[in-house]
Amino acid sequence: MSTTNTTSRRNFLKISTLTSGGLILGFNLFSSDTKGAVAVTSAPLEGNGAFNSYLSIAGDGTVTIFSPNPELGQNIKTSFPMIVAEELDADWTKVKVEQALLDTSKYDRQLTGGSGAVPHSWMRLRNAGATARNLLIQAAAARWGVRPETCTTDNGVVIHTTTGNKLTYGELAAEASKMALPADVKLKDRKDFKLIGTAVKNVENNNIITGKPLFGLDFYREGMLFAMLQRPPAFGTKIKSVDATAAKAMPGIIDVVTFKNNVAIVGKSTWEVNKARKAVKIEYEKDGAIESTADHDKLLSGLLDTGKATVQRKDGDVDAAFKNAAKVIKAEFQCPFLSHSPMEPMNFFAHVRPDGVELVGPTQTPGRARTDTAKLLGIPEEKITLQITRLGGGFGRRLKSDYATEAAELSSIIKAPVKVIWTKEDDMQGGSYRPAVRYRFEAALDASENLVGYKLKGVGINAGNCTREDNFPSGAVDNLLIESVEHISPITTGAWRAPITNFLAFAEQSFIDEIAAAAGKDPVQFRLGLLAKAKSKPTGAIKYNIDRMEAVIKMAAEKSGWGTKKNVSQGFSVYFSHQSYVAQVCEVAMESGKPAIKKVYAVSDCGQVINLSGARQQVIGAIVDGMGHAMFGKISFKDGASEQKNYNNYRLIRMKEIPEVETYFVDNGIDPTGLGEPALPPTGGAIANAIFKATGKRLRKQPFIEEEVFKA
Amino acid sequence: MAIFKLQINGKAYEADVAADTPLLWVLRDHLGLTGTKYGCGIAQCGACTVHLNGTAVRSCSLPVSAIKNAAVTTIEGLSEKGDHPVQLAWDEVDVPQCGYCQAGQIMTAAAFLKKNPHPTSEEIVSTMNGNICRCGAYHRIREAVTLASTKI
Repeated sequence: MSTTNTTSRRNFLKISTLTSGGLILGFNLFSSDTKGAVAVTSAPLEGNGAFNSYLSIAGDGTVTIFSPNPELGQNIKTSFPMIVAEELDADWTKVKVEQALLDTSKYDRQLTGGSGAVPHSWMRLRNAGATARNLLIQAAAARWGVRPETCTTDNGVVIHTTTGNKLTYGELAAEASKMALPADVKLKDRKDFKLIGTAVKNVENNNIITGKPLFGLDFYREGMLFAMLQRPPAFGTKIKSVDATAAKAMPGIIDVVTFKNNVAIVGKSTWEVNKARKAVKIEYEKDGAIESTADHDKLLSGLLDTGKATVQRKDGDVDAAFKNAAKVIKAEFQCPFLSHSPMEPMNFFAHVRPDGVELVGPTQTPGRARTDTAKLLGIPEEKITLQITRLGGGFGRRLKSDYATEAAELSSIIKAPVKVIWTKEDDMQGGSYRPAVRYRFEAALDASENLVGYKLKGVGINAGNCTREDNFPSGAVDNLLIESVEHISPITTGAWRAPITNFLAFAEQSFIDEIAAAAGKDPVQFRLGLLAKAKSKPTGAIKYNIDRMEAVIKMAAEKSGWGTKKNVSQGFSVYFSHQSYVAQVCEVAMESGKPAIKKVYAVSDCGQVINLSGARQQVIGAIVDGMGHAMFGKISFKDGASEQKNYNNYRLIRMKEIPEVETYFVDNGIDPTGLGEPALPPTGGAIANAIFKATGKRLRKQPFIEEEVFKA
Repeated sequence: MAIFKLQINGKAYEADVAADTPLLWVLRDHLGLTGTKYGCGIAQCGACTVHLNGTAVRSCSLPVSAIKNAAVTTIEGLSEKGDHPVQLAWDEVDVPQCGYCQAGQIMTAAAFLKKNPHPTSEEIVSTMNGNICRCGAYHRIREAVTLASTKI
């Protein structure tokens, strides 16, 4: 069925004053319906002036679409325009995509995080394309003197169905700009999608493979200075004294300035700054708890016993269930801190002038960077422009604004345009880690091996609530208690791709596997049984979709030949995170006495797939990411300082270690529910459960590489 | 500081820098050739890979003084129109995600295939293993190198 959508006039505004004689449709792309009209000026078609959320069609048929959200490899710069072009029935080869500047008055949710961009903007983008298409049809119908209903479109052309007459969008653009905005527009039926759901190449491929300056680190402005900041090498310390005499005398050095807990070395080139930095003598003193990983291990265990717990969810009578249980199963799982370590280190350009501030750089949250800069400098936000460059990865690290505001602060002190560059060592030692967490699970089985009680208590270091209390199996167990404890530490943490669930999913899915084993049940059938229970006799609120979870489980079992393989051991995992569902089956074979991860099958329900090529990348990349960090990832501390400084001792997964991956998507007609993160959480559990099948050993601590099964 | 004369992508360049300045920073900061990326600075990730007389090297760990008369090729000079078989394969397979490591990956692959135009899959993996892709695009990188090897 096609959908009819009422187009609020407030959300669309045409601009007809395009010098080249084309249509510019200013649409309130990312605003909610309640917001006011878009103030569209007669903006130039291209360039950096007066950006608005619009798509434009030039006389030569070129369709330009501005993409507001930061691109960090999630392929948003390709998938957003695909949605517009689909409803517009545009010729994809004539679509140009431009990154928009930060403009919170025009765009809503101009950020990258939470796997939410496509779900948020899906209908807005479709409406924008469909509205432009409607105007082009009206223009053609008027020119031909026929009813619009007798016209259709195909690949950038309006066709009169009776006569076969054709006019291109370029030929019609100027006239279309004079047509009345439709009160409502028809959206395409899914079966008529030509672009959506197909594999479309990344629109930036050519620029990437020829080395064009796309990234923040590539940005250069004539007269700009380079700077590095020496931050405290250990958490819980502060600067006591600074002697920069020698550094200041070195070639290419302009100044060394100290602000907050930073010593900034400012100079004419990256290398000169980096050399001079080593010549600055800084003494530090204690300014808080100085923690080490050895202390954390004891601390986390202790807090599980005695820490002040916050009850996140409580169903039924857990004490009675465990008291009357025929069998009780317990297990604890622990993970270390992780670094985001995107390939491109943190960097930001700032130029604080008397009349305003210019910021340029790679950020997932341009709005936050600007707001925080405005607060820091005590100036209105309107005085700040922010240009979003391409991001060389993010993984959550660039949700924070620290590396943007420090550049602005430095520029305001030295009164010059400056780019602050972090080295990889700065990135890795600079905090904002995935928090270290420990979980204790307990399960009660009755005499018939039914799961009648379930307890989870999690403790994390600066993790907030480290549980996700409403996730499966909540709702499927009559007596359930989910609690969290937090330890506050000077070690800074932040969101890391699939926050909390990136490890919690491993722990939960491993524990479910342990319960199934204790109950003598097949892990897939055990999960399906719990879902059937949640459906027929739910306990408390159920905040996941049982049918969608059931469907990915069944499809993963079918595609992987679950339970039928002879030469490999299979492990199962399924997880709901953000708004999507992913089930995975991992296959492990023993090679020279050690488990080798051979293959992962992944079935994802992210609703409508937009770009099949990008969607596969997200799933496969998330599995590689999830496996790599589960196997090798570890940041440990000695006296407040990270022991890992760079890729030489912070091990990332490499090509030799990747398993084969088969990806499948559920085609259920549901609107898109996001895919940037959801395929990562299930991976660790699928691997650990397959290794258990192969070796009889449970992996309960990451990184797995330190566990006995991987030792010679 | 001293003047270093460099042959890069078939053109003559001069840079007035300290002798220990890594080629990477000469390219990026002094010559405006930013296609070569800084990833780790310790020759671990391969994002800074360029060719020195046709051999793949890590420009982050190569002092400019060591280059002497050697011909340097960067991603900007791998082909005139971005149509080197490796670049074309990268597009056809739709490899890039964030894209930051890809110049280094392409330069590693191009130098490798020049010396070994018909490699086994093991040889491809063992060569490309030196380059990190944080997005985890390894499957497509492997596929693209394999595809390029059929067209070189």
